[in-house]
Amino acid sequence: MSKEERKNEGKNQYSIIIPTYNERLNIALIVYLIFKHLRDVDFEIIVVDDGSPDGTQDIVKQLQQVYGEDRVLLRARPKKLGLGTAYIHGLKHASGNFVVIMDADLSHHVSSSYLFVFFTRLSFTRSILHSFLILFPCDLVLPISIITRKQLETGASIVTGTRYVKGGGVHGWNLMRKLTSRGANVLAHTFLWPGVSDLTGSFRLYKKSVLEDIITSVVSKGYVFQMEMIVRASRKGYRIEEVPITFVDRVFGSSKLGGSEIVEYLKGLAYLLVTT
Amino acid sequence: MKHIFKIISLLAAISAFWVGLLQASIIPRTHTWLLPIYLVVSLGCYGLLMVGVGLMQFPTCPQEAVLLQQDIAEAKGFLKDKGVDVGSD
Repeated sequence: MSKEERKNEGKNQYSIIIPTYNERLNIALIVYLIFKHLRDVDFEIIVVDDGSPDGTQDIVKQLQQVYGEDRVLLRARPKKLGLGTAYIHGLKHASGNFVVIMDADLSHHVSSSYLFVFFTRLSFTRSILHSFLILFPCDLVLPISIITRKQLETGASIVTGTRYVKGGGVHGWNLMRKLTSRGANVLAHTFLWPGVSDLTGSFRLYKKSVLEDIITSVVSKGYVFQMEMIVRASRKGYRIEEVPITFVDRVFGSSKLGGSEIVEYLKGLAYLLVTT
Repeated sequence: MKHIFKIISLLAAISAFWVGLLQASIIPRTHTWLLPIYLVVSLGCYGLLMVGVGLMQFPTCPQEAVLLQQDIAEAKGFLKDKGVDVGSD
């Protein structure tokens, strides 16, 4: 069955965009885990690599041999050009009607003897608060399957992962890091009233039309980009659901956090306050 | 309507209320002049409280690290067999 025929039948296809830079080992692991946990789902993985010097693209080519070039796509760029443009680039090659964005590092993970999935109140639909208890088998389930399931259940335009609700969480964070994270979150909530609990998360599922609509009006760079995406979506009235995810500290790959981030964050917050 | 307009109109409403209080003299003048300061301080305290509460309630998941390692080992084994280079970087 060709891709066009599948689409005409009304089936959902998911394009998973993963921007990478020096994620030689992580990309192999993440591709394996996605294939393991999305068995009966029609998806494609689009790796947008910004010319990694560590040979990430060679690994992706090897993965293409294992999984097929129609399931693992490599859409590389010559050099580091930024997160937002990486998504736009991936979007151009995405053939699915849903787009999932995630990081290549293994920071998003979900355990699952039990998983609590909460329906949060929305800006314009005013749904009541449900809580569903979903029992999964003892092996691990990537949040990607939970996120796709949540979208199918609720028909939401965007489903985003959050670390701040029960069932989610972090591991490997010291007190300072938790403090800055919480402080930043409270600050953002005080001024922006965003309608989601976790603004800087980068694990999201969008309807493709929604992503295309928002991404053209976003101008920030870095993780403020993620914040701007979700705030603009909230302002436009799109339905946003949340799913708890766990954030385990990066195991492989160098951490990309720096010290000037606080200034960047405050500037981004001020910008969002005035322009959204 | 842009978010900033909502905030500005909220501040305008509060200011109007404050000026109204000044004119009407229900509360002694000296107290009324200090009201904005009280408001700002209490907002600050509320913010700090939210940060503290959030910090205490920050969910953690140490078992995740273990499960993650298992996942990684499994992935490495599978991919190595298939000829993907999974040596550490």
